[in-house]
Amino acid sequence: MREEKDLIEELYSVLKTVDDPELPSVSVYDLGMVHEVRIDSGQVNIQMVPTFAGCPALDFIELNVKKAIEELDWVEACNVKFTLEIQWSTDSITEKGKEELKKHGIAPPPENYRPGDEWTVNCPYCESDYTSMENVFGPTACRSILYCSACRNPFEAMKPVVKPLPTNY
Amino acid sequence: MNPIVETAEQAKQNPEYLKALKELLYQLADDDLLISFRGAEWLGLAPHVEEDVAYSSITQNTMGHAVMYYNLLEELGDGKADDLAHGRKVEERRNGTYLEKRNGEGKYLEDPYYDWALAVVRNFFYETFKKTKLEAIANSSYQPLAYVARKVLMEHPYHLAHWKLWIQQLQSSTEEAKNKIKQRVLEAWEEFGDVLELGTLATDMRKHHLITIGEEELLDRWQKEITEVLLDVPNATLGKRYGSGRNGEHTADLVQALDTLAEVYNSDKSAAW
Repeated sequence: MREEKDLIEELYSVLKTVDDPELPSVSVYDLGMVHEVRIDSGQVNIQMVPTFAGCPALDFIELNVKKAIEELDWVEACNVKFTLEIQWSTDSITEKGKEELKKHGIAPPPENYRPGDEWTVNCPYCESDYTSMENVFGPTACRSILYCSACRNPFEAMKPVVKPLPTNY
Repeated sequence: MNPIVETAEQAKQNPEYLKALKELLYQLADDDLLISFRGAEWLGLAPHVEEDVAYSSITQNTMGHAVMYYNLLEELGDGKADDLAHGRKVEERRNGTYLEKRNGEGKYLEDPYYDWALAVVRNFFYETFKKTKLEAIANSSYQPLAYVARKVLMEHPYHLAHWKLWIQQLQSSTEEAKNKIKQRVLEAWEEFGDVLELGTLATDMRKHHLITIGEEELLDRWQKEITEVLLDVPNATLGKRYGSGRNGEHTADLVQALDTLAEVYNSDKSAAW
């Protein structure tokens, strides 16, 4: 009988292979979408955190996670549930997630961003900060469209999503 | 301080609480649904291609906000979220009447002479209102709703900033632009009143701490934020020319919106997607 800790570890290693359908090679784990993984005999319950509320990929992510986990022979069934108890922020993206984003031509979000602050975005190809914002909004809710004047490539960036300041909640 | 209600099952224990909660949820859901529908009708017609990307992104995300409220209603036993969005009758709708207003003359597929000044004024007024209302719901006694409000407030600054920029730029642009904005602001001033209302159950909503401010403060806060941006603030009381959508009073424009929105749904209500 394997210990629960090892099984959980195995589940996480599977979650690290389930990619966001709109960002192949960036896993849902690295995007910071996995909140909690629990085992109840053969049942696996996974709580996930949605990125943007209007993201149409959420249903696919739920299906893909369920499918991948259920391929493990000891798993009888996997339930995936999105919770809003925790609000996803771009700070939840892992270092690996940020590296993978860059490979897609998507600059990772700024660190320690405070609402209302200006932010600079380095080009994911050449690292130059000689860049300009073409459109805050992009092909998906979480991305903006930019242009690098150094290497003359268009690219995208994850826009910072953080809790507004000040708040009383 | 009212006790926190953590689940739908708990909310169902108190009929008065449940009724006020549902009423508030229908307002939030229907407002976002209608503003999104009118936004969706602009697809491909915005003044330039980058605006088309921006406006449709905002619209898609706002539709996602509506979905969260309909899901909360589904949890409370009011039926499936899809049916709540598509199937409810006009008199059951709780959105403010100004939000159902057509985008201008013509139809989407036939000579859509839509008015960009209306889009800018309407979205700026609405997004400012949405922020004010959600800030008063972020500490709602109904915890699932408070979580949704906090989530939406993290995404919403991008929406509001977008429309604020538009109105600021058009107000300091050509005479034609200034005039068009001015006319649409005057019009909105006669029609926006019911959006700021909480409807017949306002007292219960406050009593049960579902929302932490009342109508008067909602209006004050909204007006203060609007006044900081508008160059010409009409010197009149906000009107509600078409009655109160919060009480189920609506215009023919809502009928047109729902007929179009639910055309596919109505063609086969039992279809599986």
